[in-house]
Amino acid sequence: MSQLLEKLTMPAPAKLRDLIRQIRSVRTQAEERAVIEKECASIRGMFREEDNTYRCRNVAKLLYIHMLGYPAHFGQLECLKLIASPRFTDKRIGYLGAALLLDERQDVHLLVTNSLKNDLNHNTQFVVGLALGTLGNICSVEMSRDLAGEVEKLLKSSNAYIKKKAALCAVRIIRKVPELMEMFLPATKNLLNEKNHGVLLTAVCLITEMCDKSPDALAHFRKQNKMVPQLVRILKNLIMAGYSPEHDVSGVSDPFLQVRILRLLRLLGKNDSEASEAMNDILAQVATNTETTKNVGNSILYETVLTIMDIKSESGLRVLAVNILGRFLLNNDKNIRYVALNSLLKTVQTDLNAVQRHRSTIVDCLKDPDISIRKRAMELSFALVNSNNVRGMMKELIFFLEKADAIFKVDCTSNICIAADKYAPNKRWHIDTMLKVLSTSGSYVRDDVIAHMISLVSEASSLQAYTVQHLFRAIQEDTTQQPLVQVASWCVGEYGDLLMSGQVEEEEPLQVTEDEVLDTLEKIMNSSGSTAVTKSFTLTAIMKLSTRFTQTIPRIQALMDQFGSSVDMELQQRSVEFGKLFKSYDHMRSGLLERMPPLDAKVGSKGDGEGANTNGETTAVSPPASPAVKQEEGNALLDLLGGGPSPAPVIPQMEKPAAPPAANNDLLGDLLGLDLTSPAPGPAPIVPGMSAPQPQMDMLGGLMDGVAAQPAGQMSANNLGIPSLTAYEKNGLKIEFSFQRDNSNANVAIITLTATNSTDTPMNEFVFQAAVPKTFQLQLQSPSGSVVPPSNMGVVTQVIKILNPQKAPIRMRIKLTYNYKGTDINDMGEVNNFPAALWQ
Amino acid sequence: MLKFILLVNKQGQTRLAQYYEHPEHERVSIERDIIRKCLAREDSQCSFLEYKNFKLVYRRYASLYFIVGVDHTENELAILELIHNIVETYDKYFDKVCELDIMFNLDKAYMILEEMVMNGRIVEMNQNRILLPIRVMDQAAQ
Repeated sequence: MSQLLEKLTMPAPAKLRDLIRQIRSVRTQAEERAVIEKECASIRGMFREEDNTYRCRNVAKLLYIHMLGYPAHFGQLECLKLIASPRFTDKRIGYLGAALLLDERQDVHLLVTNSLKNDLNHNTQFVVGLALGTLGNICSVEMSRDLAGEVEKLLKSSNAYIKKKAALCAVRIIRKVPELMEMFLPATKNLLNEKNHGVLLTAVCLITEMCDKSPDALAHFRKQNKMVPQLVRILKNLIMAGYSPEHDVSGVSDPFLQVRILRLLRLLGKNDSEASEAMNDILAQVATNTETTKNVGNSILYETVLTIMDIKSESGLRVLAVNILGRFLLNNDKNIRYVALNSLLKTVQTDLNAVQRHRSTIVDCLKDPDISIRKRAMELSFALVNSNNVRGMMKELIFFLEKADAIFKVDCTSNICIAADKYAPNKRWHIDTMLKVLSTSGSYVRDDVIAHMISLVSEASSLQAYTVQHLFRAIQEDTTQQPLVQVASWCVGEYGDLLMSGQVEEEEPLQVTEDEVLDTLEKIMNSSGSTAVTKSFTLTAIMKLSTRFTQTIPRIQALMDQFGSSVDMELQQRSVEFGKLFKSYDHMRSGLLERMPPLDAKVGSKGDGEGANTNGETTAVSPPASPAVKQEEGNALLDLLGGGPSPAPVIPQMEKPAAPPAANNDLLGDLLGLDLTSPAPGPAPIVPGMSAPQPQMDMLGGLMDGVAAQPAGQMSANNLGIPSLTAYEKNGLKIEFSFQRDNSNANVAIITLTATNSTDTPMNEFVFQAAVPKTFQLQLQSPSGSVVPPSNMGVVTQVIKILNPQKAPIRMRIKLTYNYKGTDINDMGEVNNFPAALWQ
Repeated sequence: MLKFILLVNKQGQTRLAQYYEHPEHERVSIERDIIRKCLAREDSQCSFLEYKNFKLVYRRYASLYFIVGVDHTENELAILELIHNIVETYDKYFDKVCELDIMFNLDKAYMILEEMVMNGRIVEMNQNRILLPIRVMDQAAQ
C-alpha cells in the first residue's frame, strides 16, 4: 500500500491520506463541510478535464467522502471510465466505486453491463473475480438476464477462486430472477465434490438458497439421495480430520462450513423422515464432540440444536438438544444465555417436559441485568406455568412485575391473570394474587381483567369480606391507579356492610367508620387523577352505600346533589337520577340497590372469548348483557312465572354473560340486574335507567337498540318448515310467530316474532313481554326497535327462545304495551296453538 | 444473510460502511440511530440487539465497534466469529491493525472485506486465500 501511495505522490491533487488528515484536523461540523465542499469542487473540476492519471486517486477520495455521508453521485460516470481502463488498479477502484455508489436505483447502472461482460471473459483470474464480485453485489434483473450465461460458464471453470465467486453471483441472480434457477441446477452437483473449502462454502450457500426459494428444487435435492450422505460425509471429515492449519479457528476446523452444512441439513430434513434418519448419527456426533469452551464451539452447537429441533429427529436426540440448551443457560456469557432462551422459546411448544427441568434456571434469568434476556425469560416462564408450580412461579413473576419496565407490565399483567385463572388452586389464593397485581401495577391492567376480577369477587361469597377490607386499605393509601380504584369502589359499594361489620378469619377486622369510607370515596370523586369511568363507578358505589349504611344518609344525599351540576354528562345524569331516588322513589331504593347476584365469571383470554360472543358488536369489552330474561310486572302473569330466580339460560350456544334477574319479581329489580352489569364491564354508553318505570321502558328499548343483537344471524337456520302463526291481532297491531328448532339442542324452540302496524300512525314505545309455565324456560332477546312504523312499512322483530326439556305443549301468555296517538295502551293475550312440530 | 457491516469509532464516526441491501430510508439517519444504540450499551449486556426488522450483532475491539446487521435466519454466534475473523485478517494484512490503519487505507479495507463477504453471504474464511489477490494487486501496482 505504501508503494502505491508513493507512486501516486504527485503534486497536483491531494492524496487520499492528506484529505483524511485534513478532515480529521477540523474541529467543527461546519469546517468539515467546508473542507469537503472544496475538495468536491476540485474533484469535479478534474473530472471535467478528463485526466486519466489522477482519476484513480480522485475516485478514492470521493468514496471516502461518500462514506461520510455526503452526496457523491457525480463520481458514478468516472467509475465507469475507470472500469473500462486496462490497468488493474484502475479497475479495482472503479469496481469498488461501482459497488458502493451504483445501486439498482441509479440510471448509470446499466452502462456497467458491457464492461462487466468483457471483464468476465478476461484471462486474468483476478479481473474476472473483480467483475463477478461487483456483479454479485449490485446486479439488477436486466443485468442478471444478460449475464447469467457467462456466470454459469464460469461456475464450471477449473479455477477455485473463480468458482466460488461465481457461485455467490449465481445466488444473487437466482434471487433476482427465480426462473433462471434451472440453469444452475446441473452445475451444483459437481460443486460439492470440491476440496476447496471456499467453493464448498459457497456451493452449500447456493444450494441452500435454491431450496429456500423453490420447493421443487428441494424435492429434487432430496431425491438425489446422494446429497444428504454427501453432506454428512463432508461434515464427518471436518470433525474427524484433526488439526488442519488452513481452516482452523481456535481449535475447530472451519466452523463456518460446519454451520452452513448444518443449516442445509436442516432444510433438507424438515418434514422428511428419511433424510432425518440419515442425519441422526452425525448430529449426535457433532453435539457430543464439539468443544464448548470457546464461542466457536458454542456456535456450532447452537446450530446443531436448531437443526435437531426442526427435523424429525428421534426423542433421544431431542433430549440431548434440550440439555445442551440447559447447559447454555448456565453459561456465564450473556450472549449464550440469550441464544439459549431464544431457542427454548421456540421448542417449548413441542417439548414442554424437557424444558420444565430447567425451570429454575429460567426463573433466575428474570433477574438478569440485561433487558433482552429478561424479556425472553418472562415469556418462557409464562409458557412453563402449570398447576404444580403455579404458586412458586406466581411469586417470582409478581416480584418481577414490581421491578419490570413499563413495556413489560401490560403483557405481564394479562399473562399473570390468565395463568392465575387457569391454575388457581383455590379462590382465596386467586383473589390474593389479583389483589397484588392490581396494587403493584394497577395502571397497566387491561379492562377485561377488571370485569373479570369483579365477577370473581361476586362469585366467591365467602371471601367478600376479606376482599373488600383489603381493597379498602389499598385505596386508602393510593388512589392513582385507575383499575384498582374501579374494582375497589365497586366492591366497597356492594359489600359496604361487610366492611363495617367485617369478621374475617385469621385477620383482625378493620375498624372503619362510615365517614371514613365516604371520605375516601369523596376523595376519589374530587381527585383530578380519576378518569370519568372511575368517577362513575364511585358515584354508583356511594349510592349503593345509602342502603348499606345507616348513619350517614344525609351526607350521601349531599354528595349526590353536588354532582348534579357536574360538567361530565354521565356523572350529571347519574347523580340527578340517584338524587331523584331519594326524593320521589325512596320506597324503591332498598330494592333497587340490593346486592347483585353472582356474575358469570368468564375467562377472557385476551378478549378472544368476548369476540365470539359479541355477535356483531365490536366492543372488545364484555358487552352489556343483552339477552335479558325479562319478567313482566302485573299480577296476572306472576302465577305462571317461576317464583324463584330463574337460572342462567341453559341454551348452550349462547355464551353471553348471563344476567340472571334479581330474586324479587320487581321489574325494576330485574332491570337493575341488567343495569348494574353494564357499568362494571367498562365504558358505559348506556344510560343507567333508574327512575320511573314508564320512561324506563323506553330507555331500556333505547338501551337495547344500541346493543343491536341480530337474532337471525346467530341462530342456525334450521327451519323445518313449521308453519307460522298469528299470535295477536287487534287494533291494527299484528304479531306473527315464525318457528325454528335449534340445531344444537333439540329441546330448544326458537320463535321469531314480527310486529306490524296497519294503521296510519306509528306505535311508539312498543314492548312485548311473555310468560310461560314453570316447566319451561323462556329467554327473550332484545327487539330490533321500539317503534312499529305505520301502514305496514316496516316491522319490529324479536327472538324468543324456549327451553322445553319435558317436551310438553308450549303455552304462552303475552303482554303488549305501546303508545298510540298519545295514549298508552296495554293488552294481554294467550297463545296456545303452537304447532306440535315445535316441541316434539 | 447479512444486511450491512459498519465500523464505527467510539465517538460515533463511521469508519467503514458496506451495505448488502438498500436501506429503506436515509442511510445516514439509520446509521446514526444504530450507532447510538450500540454505543449506549454497557459491557455487561448482550451483544445482540433487535432493531426494526433485523438483528444487530456487535463487538468492540479497542476503539472500534464492528456492527453487523443480519436477518433472523442467521446464527448470531457464528456472526461473532465472522467479526473476529475479519479483525484477524486485517491484523494479518496491516500488521497489528489499529483504527488509523483502516482510516488511511480505506480502499484496501473495503477490498479485503469484499473478498470475505459477497452479497451478504460469507465467501471465504481462510486468511491466506483472502489476502492473495490483494497482495497480487499490490505487486502489480509497483
